[in-house]
Amino acid sequence: MSELEGIYAVCLRELKVYMREKERVVSSLISPILWLVAFGTGLGSVVSIEGVNYQTYIYPGVLVMSVLFSSLFYGVYVIWDRKLDFLKEVLVAPLSRVSIFIGKVLGGCTTVAIQSAALLVIGYFIGLALPLETFLWVLLLLFVLSVALVSLGLAIGANMKSPEGFMLVANFVIWPLFFFSGALYPLDSLPAWLAGVTNVNPVTYGVDAVRGAVIGVQHFPLMVDIGVMLLLSLFVIVVGTWSFRRMHD
Amino acid sequence: MSNDYSIETFDLCKYYGELKAVDKLSLKIKKGEIFGLLGPNGAGKTTAISMLCTILPPTSGKATVNGFDVAREPAQVRKSIGIVFQAPSVDDLLTGRENLRMHTLLFKMPREIRRQRIEEVLKLVDLEKRADDLIRTYSGGMRRRLELARGMMHSPTVLFLDEPTLGLDPQTREHMWKYIQTLAKREKMTVMLTTHYMEEAELLCDRIGIIDVGKIIALDTPEALKAQLGGDNITLRAKNPNMAALRKIDCVKAVHRKGDQLQIVLKSGECNLKKILLKAGDVKNVELKPTTLNDVFLHYTGKEIREESGEGGFWQRVMGERSK
Repeated sequence: MSELEGIYAVCLRELKVYMREKERVVSSLISPILWLVAFGTGLGSVVSIEGVNYQTYIYPGVLVMSVLFSSLFYGVYVIWDRKLDFLKEVLVAPLSRVSIFIGKVLGGCTTVAIQSAALLVIGYFIGLALPLETFLWVLLLLFVLSVALVSLGLAIGANMKSPEGFMLVANFVIWPLFFFSGALYPLDSLPAWLAGVTNVNPVTYGVDAVRGAVIGVQHFPLMVDIGVMLLLSLFVIVVGTWSFRRMHD
Repeated sequence: MSNDYSIETFDLCKYYGELKAVDKLSLKIKKGEIFGLLGPNGAGKTTAISMLCTILPPTSGKATVNGFDVAREPAQVRKSIGIVFQAPSVDDLLTGRENLRMHTLLFKMPREIRRQRIEEVLKLVDLEKRADDLIRTYSGGMRRRLELARGMMHSPTVLFLDEPTLGLDPQTREHMWKYIQTLAKREKMTVMLTTHYMEEAELLCDRIGIIDVGKIIALDTPEALKAQLGGDNITLRAKNPNMAALRKIDCVKAVHRKGDQLQIVLKSGECNLKKILLKAGDVKNVELKPTTLNDVFLHYTGKEIREESGEGGFWQRVMGERSK
């Protein structure tokens, strides 16, 4: 079907651009590594949670964080592409907006997956080795989460006019999602208000599923985690598609 | 019959609140014609083209391209047209060939002809040798040529060119003109272009519509437009000219004054220049030149088309947007 080829074209473009912008690849890896090495080792020398070293404990959280940041900030490229008119060529093509959106999501998720895989491999060198099945399972969980977050980033990008505005909104969204997700602390003995906030934060469920896979400790049933991520994805995809439909150059 | 026309518009309007970007535009553009919309920056040229390309919805009025209604059948319109935008829109981080390949996929071209057509258009714009280099390394002229190649990739019957030579140096611009002329003929395309360069409109276009503040103010072949104004033009600098007396001279058609600069349009035929010089007062420089499209524009609007551009440059656009 020719619509599929259009989706493929949009997705392929994103991948090529990503791979050719070395700075983007490298910079996306730096802050997760800093979190693991500096923060994780530093605090890890005095703290351990659930019987595991703190660095190991936050590893799932840092993986999710890297997905969270890269996925949402991916949306800013829609604004730049629109500004520099690279997107115009795509927008005037006889291709539906839904397909353009899906192509962008797939492209974004693939770049995020490449980055997650790189982080997982780096983990082997700093004492965070995972068996192959776990490696692949974690990659899949992170991919599912990235579908929702990339769509969210694109939806914001489609509704914003300037990269600066996007950064403001994205930061406003990203930091609460990160800090209230249980990425850095266990959810078991939180004060009621904090537990309430973490429970409505969808990223919490992503962290929980990945942590379950990596260290075997899970707060919610796996089905709940995956269910929440899928529902969120579905919801944001609908919002994103709608945003792309009404987006003008 | 609508079959004779590639593009027809009926009272096409685009308003932004009070601002009338395009105001009751009615045009009929014949098949195979090269039609130019000539006007200063901000006249509404790009807005008009954007509506015809289905990028912008019209406020009111109707337009058809290849017989398809731009508002109701945008998909069919898009399939049958090629567009070269005002601002560069090829992807920097892709190679020339990759950009073209992406276009074949986006425009759903049949698989069998893709590869062959890519080679064909690359050859047409003389870019075969650079096809596998990143666009980043291309010069402005090469980018433009690639965009031209991309625009006609899917063999459209109508090609829209929005300021095709904006920001190019004079030599490169002449090259572009040759490409446009050859390609239009070879591919039997109707071409609609916008420009604020007189020579460009005069050289390329079969017919020209002069547009200002959203309205077409004159529309004809370049020759006919100039003939309307009559004969030659005298430009001179003079202090205290006797305007009334000048206007009364038989062979004078019109006199425009801008500071100490006078522009006198003559009627066709002979004219006694002495009479004019006598009434012009303290004359400093005299220049005699044939009528140009600029004079036509001046005649209709009372102002000149200024060639220097404040919009459209790639970096101006980026920086401009950022400072907004």
